[in-house]
Amino acid sequence: MHTLKLIIRNALRHKIRTGLTVLGLLIAVLAYGLLQTVVDAWYAGADAASKTRLITRSSISLAFTLPISYESRIKGVEGVTTVARSTWFGGIYKEPKNFFPQFAVTENYIDLYGEYLLSPAERLAWARDRKGALIGRQLADQYGFKVGDVIPIRGSIYPGDWQFVVRGIFEGSDETKITRHLLFHWEYLNEWLVQRPTRKANQTGVFVVGIDAPDRAAAVSRLVDAQFQNSVAETLTETEQAFQLAFVSMSNEIIAAIRVVSYVVILIILAVMANTMAMSARERTAEYATLKALGFGPGFIAWLILGESMAICVVGGGAGLWLTPHAAAAFKQTAGGIFPIFAVSHATVVAQVACALAVGVVAAIVPAVQASRVRIVDGLRAAG
Amino acid sequence: MPATQPVIEIRNLVKSYHRGGQIVPVLTNITLDIQRGEFTALMGPSGSGKSTLLNLIAGIDKPDSGMLRVGGLDITVLNEGELADWRSHNVGFVFQFYNLMPVLSAYENIELPLTLTNLTRAERRERVELTLSMVGLSDRADHYPSELSGGQQQRVAIARAVITDPVLIVADEPTGDLDRQSASDILAMLQRLNTELDTTIVMVTHDAFAAKTARCMVYLDKGELILQPPVI
Repeated sequence: MHTLKLIIRNALRHKIRTGLTVLGLLIAVLAYGLLQTVVDAWYAGADAASKTRLITRSSISLAFTLPISYESRIKGVEGVTTVARSTWFGGIYKEPKNFFPQFAVTENYIDLYGEYLLSPAERLAWARDRKGALIGRQLADQYGFKVGDVIPIRGSIYPGDWQFVVRGIFEGSDETKITRHLLFHWEYLNEWLVQRPTRKANQTGVFVVGIDAPDRAAAVSRLVDAQFQNSVAETLTETEQAFQLAFVSMSNEIIAAIRVVSYVVILIILAVMANTMAMSARERTAEYATLKALGFGPGFIAWLILGESMAICVVGGGAGLWLTPHAAAAFKQTAGGIFPIFAVSHATVVAQVACALAVGVVAAIVPAVQASRVRIVDGLRAAG
Repeated sequence: MPATQPVIEIRNLVKSYHRGGQIVPVLTNITLDIQRGEFTALMGPSGSGKSTLLNLIAGIDKPDSGMLRVGGLDITVLNEGELADWRSHNVGFVFQFYNLMPVLSAYENIELPLTLTNLTRAERRERVELTLSMVGLSDRADHYPSELSGGQQQRVAIARAVITDPVLIVADEPTGDLDRQSASDILAMLQRLNTELDTTIVMVTHDAFAAKTARCMVYLDKGELILQPPVI
């Protein structure tokens, strides 16, 4: 009881110093949590990818399309259940800052994405409308789109003013699913292309390939690619996750930088905390010597310092932990949908707790060891 | 222990410090006995080694050689842990600058040494209240050291020193930081403890007035014992 009392009262002895250290910890733990959540958000698409979906694309680059004649040959590969087409549209809604993905897809595309929940009536309505589009719930909520609304899109890859009628809004099966995109009929795009002098007609950006078992992904990928070996448009088939990660890898340096910054923030607060504890311990040398003279052991002295350090870290880290989801929600709102999934993961929370505790322990080690080793007669000279 | 056996027996005690690569002798062949219930003043000029001798007697420093028995136990052979345990049961400390824990109240400071014992909270409370009344600070139990005068702080320190009923109280310049009146009060209190509780007290002082309170004086000069005259 006396130990706890001493720890708490010592921690509150210099209120401004302790308050600033607690604030520093709060900011550090919060910043670490938010930065890690940014990294997680980057990988959210890949994490949510299905293991029973493969993506077949041009082996040269994503910028190159594939002939739709490949579809029947892919369907013939053992293990393949469904093949859908998907082409990146890349249009602009009103202004470039209002970015959201649009894909021209075949109707069976939605069969491959069981995580997108769509009512049969809405699906039918979409199927019946050549200009119809399906949008995700996150996109609908962001811009206030409703069924029946017309969404004007200015084409960049496919120039012109396009208009899509919202025929359905699909929900994600859980909060980790990204539903911030628009799907419209591939045929609608192709009809437009056929009328123009371009080689992009009857082509698709990628094939989305459904397979019967996740453990056959590698074998099916090899078989698909073997079909088109030495052809004018060789393919590269990979899991959806690998495909998504390839996108993410384009930003590897940025992600690495964010990660490094998040660790640096923790290192800085560790240095601040260590300095605070060292100052506190140094100021109390005579008190520790007195306690030792009274019969308290070196372990008790070390525990006093460690306990004080931990108390500060628990308060600062706890406040940072509490604030992180609120700050993440505010950040998500402010970011305007750059990160459709921006939720603080359990792993991030655990890492925040671990960082706060590690700072508490590491910052106390040197002052605790020094104070516990101080000779009583030397420590008593510091009094007065 | 026979009644005639001294409570502190010092034989050929030697202590030196290492400073700047040199060995500086502080105490040279000190041989001294202090009887149980004695109130002894250690006197001498600055640097004479009196505080060093007090530290050795209190078990917070170790001699280079020689024998030092307190209560029949040779404390020079004890390790750090054993010494800490021994001090907690046998020695009460009174320092020049009181050395109270500033974050604990007078009550809590006095109670502090008792937390190392097996006493219950109720037993501790009973003892602390008794000791507080003994030093005349019952009404200041909840006051923090910063809310007490120097004399009152030293009374708290004395209460903390006697709370465990130690064999020995060591006091290092207990009046050095006090005005004359407070100093007189503190000395009177130490004298009362000595006479009423028969507590052995060893006090370092270079104040002749303070030394007169003691019943026995020991003079040190340049680390050597000069004489041990009884105080009349």
